[in-house]
Amino acid sequence: MATVETRKISKFYTHEQAAVDGIDLFIPEGEFIVFLGPSGCGKTTLLRMIAGLEHPTAGDVLIDDRVVTALAPRDRNIAMVFQSYALYPHMSVFDNIAFPLRARQFAKAEIPGKVRWAAEMFGIARFLERKPRELSGGERQRVALARALVREPQVFLLDEPLSNLDAKLRTSARDELQQFQRRIGTTTIYVTHDQVEAMGLGDRVVVLSQGKVRQVGKPLEVYDEPADTFVAGFLGSPPMNLIDRGSAILGFRPEHFLPIEARETGNDAVRFTFRVTRVEYLGADRLVYGMLEGGAGEAKVLSRLPSTVPLPVQLGERHEFVIGRRDLKFFDRQTGLRTAPIPL
Amino acid sequence: MTALASHAAAPTGARSRLRRLADSERFLAWALLAPAVVFIVALVGFPFVLALLYSVTNVTVGTQSASFVGLAKFRQAMESPAFWGAVRNTFLFTLVSQALVIVLAGTLARLLMMEFRGKWFVRLLILLPWVAPISLGSIGWLWIFDSIYSVINWTLRHIGIFGPETWPIWLGQPTLAMASIITVHVWRMLPLAAIIMLAGFSGIPKDIHDAAAIDGAGFWRRELQIILPLVLPIVLVAVLFGIVFTATDMIVIFIITRGGPFDSTQVLASLAYYTGIDGGDLAEGAAISLFLFPLLVAIAYLMLRLARRTEVT
Repeated sequence: MATVETRKISKFYTHEQAAVDGIDLFIPEGEFIVFLGPSGCGKTTLLRMIAGLEHPTAGDVLIDDRVVTALAPRDRNIAMVFQSYALYPHMSVFDNIAFPLRARQFAKAEIPGKVRWAAEMFGIARFLERKPRELSGGERQRVALARALVREPQVFLLDEPLSNLDAKLRTSARDELQQFQRRIGTTTIYVTHDQVEAMGLGDRVVVLSQGKVRQVGKPLEVYDEPADTFVAGFLGSPPMNLIDRGSAILGFRPEHFLPIEARETGNDAVRFTFRVTRVEYLGADRLVYGMLEGGAGEAKVLSRLPSTVPLPVQLGERHEFVIGRRDLKFFDRQTGLRTAPIPL
Repeated sequence: MTALASHAAAPTGARSRLRRLADSERFLAWALLAPAVVFIVALVGFPFVLALLYSVTNVTVGTQSASFVGLAKFRQAMESPAFWGAVRNTFLFTLVSQALVIVLAGTLARLLMMEFRGKWFVRLLILLPWVAPISLGSIGWLWIFDSIYSVINWTLRHIGIFGPETWPIWLGQPTLAMASIITVHVWRMLPLAAIIMLAGFSGIPKDIHDAAAIDGAGFWRRELQIILPLVLPIVLVAVLFGIVFTATDMIVIFIITRGGPFDSTQVLASLAYYTGIDGGDLAEGAAISLFLFPLLVAIAYLMLRLARRTEVT
């Protein structure tokens, strides 16, 4: 177990465009941290620099307070699971899992026991003689995890390890992954573009965009109190409504935008006139599309209503909708950063 | 849907029939294969059958008729010392040049995997021996090995490795002549082998290299336990091509040494040519040329089986 730290770490592939742009992070011992961002945001490059697979243009990586920037990956005592799993196709499952041990000159007698332990941890002990091509996607992913676990590294690096699994398997794999991490308590860095994975797995989430950290926080903090319009627009499905209100941008989550009947009105609620243009049924929820009217002109917004809440309005009609005052977020028009509330 | 199809087919009967043919896989398969089949039957199959027939007769260049003599021509060939010399030379030539080609092509392919400036130019240069006509290249080598004007001798003397009295005659001394034709052949086969192996190396996903680096594999472990097993099927294909090309080739020898001196570079292919065409004994030439056939078939079969067994994906 170890802490991981990056200090002003940057990676430039060309002179103008930074893949990673001066990121400072501190990851305490045993934390499960998720790097979340759209593709091309630099999350994988950041992970690969921590692994030692890419050399930073500037800045340092520290593992357990020791600068490891110049060290080769094998000298960092880390393990990594790749999106493609990167199993050695010509080796049996046993040899795949044993490979890191043999590479580290473990005593021969010790290896079978350790391999068995790691394989049993992921329920793949009965596949040890098979080749990777004879396994299903889920089984391969477990082999990759067992190979990472077997030498008990200080840090786990996981690069979108679930994205090649089908949706059903992904949910159970997510659950298992988190339980496993809790049990062994190894510091884990997990890279994904999937916000559901990020919210569900992470102790903390690092939201990245264009090589910069936009926000670091617990999943709920990042969701409820986005630091800027990027985070507000990236998290949530559908994301936060962002509307232009003169000097500021007003943001609110679709699930907080409800018909007046559905909410206790007090003086903490703000009323809006909403013209409904379309309703989309999603089973447990409905998405109500429409225009916000009055004040500073019209704006397209969305409301997300649980199907247990009746929709008291027909298509094309206007209705009063309300938002709790503390569910309204304000962002600076220029910088996109959060600002103090303005009177509406 | 039906209305649309019949409308599209409406214009003319002939054109619609053609279009239907172009959609038929059975027709297309044959139409596209036909040129290759014709080519192989006319230029490979027919001469091969002819050689089989000739080898069991006593046909010569000048005669109109020929009679069946059984395996007499094979016996005749096997009784001559030149034949066994050629067998020995063929093996030496093939094995040594293939060993060199595989080692050098592997190294070259690894170098070409690296990123450096002007890589496209180096790639072009490397492909040149393969693209240029072999006879042209061989004539160039003929000058390089020339007994009087040899660039090699001139260079080695000027940098002081040879004294003024040393004057190796590259194509005139048996060992040097064999070394010379092996050199030319390696130069010629290298590009193809390097490109095939480059394809093998680039076929290994980057993640595999990364995983090996993280798992702690050092240079040798990575080379021998990860990279070599993964490129082995492709290397075997390159070796197979190399062996077949080398064992059946006579262009380099024909241009550079003509089998000499004293048959020291005579291989089966060139001996068959000199016996059958220059010597006029078509039947014995055919018998000599067929000698390697079963061996090469066996090698090809073994290699392809091995390649399939080691296939990893």
